[in-house]
Amino acid sequence: MGLDIRWPIGLMFTLIGVLLIGFGAVNSADSQRLGMNINLIWGVVLLIFGVLMLLGASHGSKTPPPA
Amino acid sequence: MQPIHLAWVDYTILIAYVAFVVGIGWALARYMKTSSDFLTSARSIPTWVTGLAFISANLGALELVGMAASGAKYGIATAHFYWVGAIPAMIFLAVFMMPFYYGSKARSVPEYLQMRFNKPVMGLNAVGFAVMTVFASGISMNALAKLLNQLLGWNYHFALFVCSGVVLIYVLKGGLTSAIYTEVLQFFMIVLGFAPVVYLALKDVGGWSAMTDKLHAVAQNPMALDLNTKSFAPDAWTSAWKPLLGGSSANPMGVDVFAIVFGLGFVLSFGYWCTNFLVVQRAMAAKNMTAARNTPIVAAIPKMLFPALVILPGMLAVALTAMPDKDYRIPPPIIAPANYAKAVDVIKNTNPPNPAAEIKDVSDALGQKVNADKITALITANAATKLSDDQIKEGIYNAVAAYDYDSVIFSLVKKYCPAGLLGLALTALLASFMSGMAGNVTAFNTVWTYNLYQAFFVPNKSDEHYFWMGKFITVVGIGLSIGCAYFARQYNNAMDIIQLVFGFVNAPVFATFLFGMFWKRTTSIGAFFGLLGGILSSTLFHAFTFAHGNLPGVKGGYLGMKIEFPSEMAQNFWLAAFAFTVCFVLTLVISLATSRTKSDEQLKGLVYSLTPKIVDHNVPVWQRPAVVGTVLLAACVILNFIFW
Repeated sequence: MGLDIRWPIGLMFTLIGVLLIGFGAVNSADSQRLGMNINLIWGVVLLIFGVLMLLGASHGSKTPPPA
Repeated sequence: MQPIHLAWVDYTILIAYVAFVVGIGWALARYMKTSSDFLTSARSIPTWVTGLAFISANLGALELVGMAASGAKYGIATAHFYWVGAIPAMIFLAVFMMPFYYGSKARSVPEYLQMRFNKPVMGLNAVGFAVMTVFASGISMNALAKLLNQLLGWNYHFALFVCSGVVLIYVLKGGLTSAIYTEVLQFFMIVLGFAPVVYLALKDVGGWSAMTDKLHAVAQNPMALDLNTKSFAPDAWTSAWKPLLGGSSANPMGVDVFAIVFGLGFVLSFGYWCTNFLVVQRAMAAKNMTAARNTPIVAAIPKMLFPALVILPGMLAVALTAMPDKDYRIPPPIIAPANYAKAVDVIKNTNPPNPAAEIKDVSDALGQKVNADKITALITANAATKLSDDQIKEGIYNAVAAYDYDSVIFSLVKKYCPAGLLGLALTALLASFMSGMAGNVTAFNTVWTYNLYQAFFVPNKSDEHYFWMGKFITVVGIGLSIGCAYFARQYNNAMDIIQLVFGFVNAPVFATFLFGMFWKRTTSIGAFFGLLGGILSSTLFHAFTFAHGNLPGVKGGYLGMKIEFPSEMAQNFWLAAFAFTVCFVLTLVISLATSRTKSDEQLKGLVYSLTPKIVDHNVPVWQRPAVVGTVLLAACVILNFIFW
């Protein structure tokens, strides 16, 4: 059916990734766990995942995205 | 545990997630024109999507919570539910059974039984399945609402209605397609939401080998942590097979190799993965035969790795509990604040200190066993320098000698997630709940509309009518689930019985499918009475057996306690093995004694020997189910050896 699910998945994780990066950067002290700014780090991971999904959707390639 | 306070960033993540799943439903609504679009996705979805939905529908909130609990109680042997109890059956489904489900053009698993046998066999399967899906989603809704109430202080009714309301909206809008698409989104949400928690806990413990070192010490003396009442070999929590080889008394699960391999690995596992419409429906929605057959194969890849996400946290929680400097314990059962206050008074007001009497009084006040050494230490500390009420309460909390294993995963979320990551992990919890519930609802509405309503009550109406009924029953199904959630909240014991009955219904069913698909001589009468006999025999088996430590009653033995099993899990595995065997033998014997009513021609496409083999020559090697399935099986065997 006419919806490529990679669009909403990519958009959502890009959004949440950016949100976590911003939040982690501003609240650096509260985001520390075991000596890492975990919000910032995980925000970057989510952002990369989200962007990869969006790229996959925009290329409309037939190969499955990284799962 | 104290309720967790959520920050605005956490709510933003939660709301963004809800907006996206509802949005997906909205976007798909315009494609819903016939009952087939709504209930079966008109067989239009690509493999990787159905594959991830297949695994996501199975990954409900109870699975997530329960596997972490088992990881803490039994260690890595819990992985048998994946490597023995799932992967082989999923590959069997892909290679041998999907051609019949998909090729027969049946719209559901029960409908295959109608084509292969007759309506009564289908009805027996469909009714049991429909009732089970409603109760299953009700039970998990109740568990979720309770959890949100404890964790976040949300109102129980609010949590129940909002969560099921969201599922209702997107399923009603976009039907099965919407459920499947959101399940893919939920799959990634669950993985990416819980992965950082597992990573942080593992890092905090000091890595894999530090964890196994701790668990070796725990296994030799689990009494010190009140984890178990006897000691085991050092590798009881960290080896998957070695502890089983020593027999059922040598491992905390209380099972032996036969029970795992035959009971879990063959009967229960194949019964679930190969015949449960909840998961098979995802594969049946695939766009073509190759995609349908590859659906369980795609699903098997993450399934094989899930123990790292869902079982490892339980093992880490035990290791952390055994490390005093980590300031962590697996939470005790929920105890009312008033009872804690009473226990604090006992410690404060007994003068001079009298440990023996105080331990008993504290235990009575809490309604729980307590660790005598820890209470004695607390009394000594309080006698030396007066402690504050909060300090005493914390000491008592740490001394409760019982665990609420189901809260393992969220106690870790609470410990390791700052605001931000916390919202992500909670959203992952909600996502797992919704994927499980949507799976149940979409399987229920299809079975009801096509296999009960159309087949038995109102046949020969227009498709519009069944389309309308599909939507109507979706609303009814969610309403019934909410009713079941309240029922579960009210009568915990009644729910235990219901879950048991499902066990009885499910245990023998794989024998019926096995005969139906692979032996053309199987007759409808043989299938019907074999299945019925299997269900009755599991009921009888349960009535005459009980698990060590259980009193006769709900959990078995009500017709005399004849056979004792070392654990409930062993009792379940053996029950399944027994019921399967009865169904197998009855179907075989009755089929031989009765004559066939369907000709070879009628069974074409439904029975293995009468169906042309699928030729995969035009399909690339990496898309051939038999090839990839073999590779995955080999990988699974290797995993078993690594964690031997």
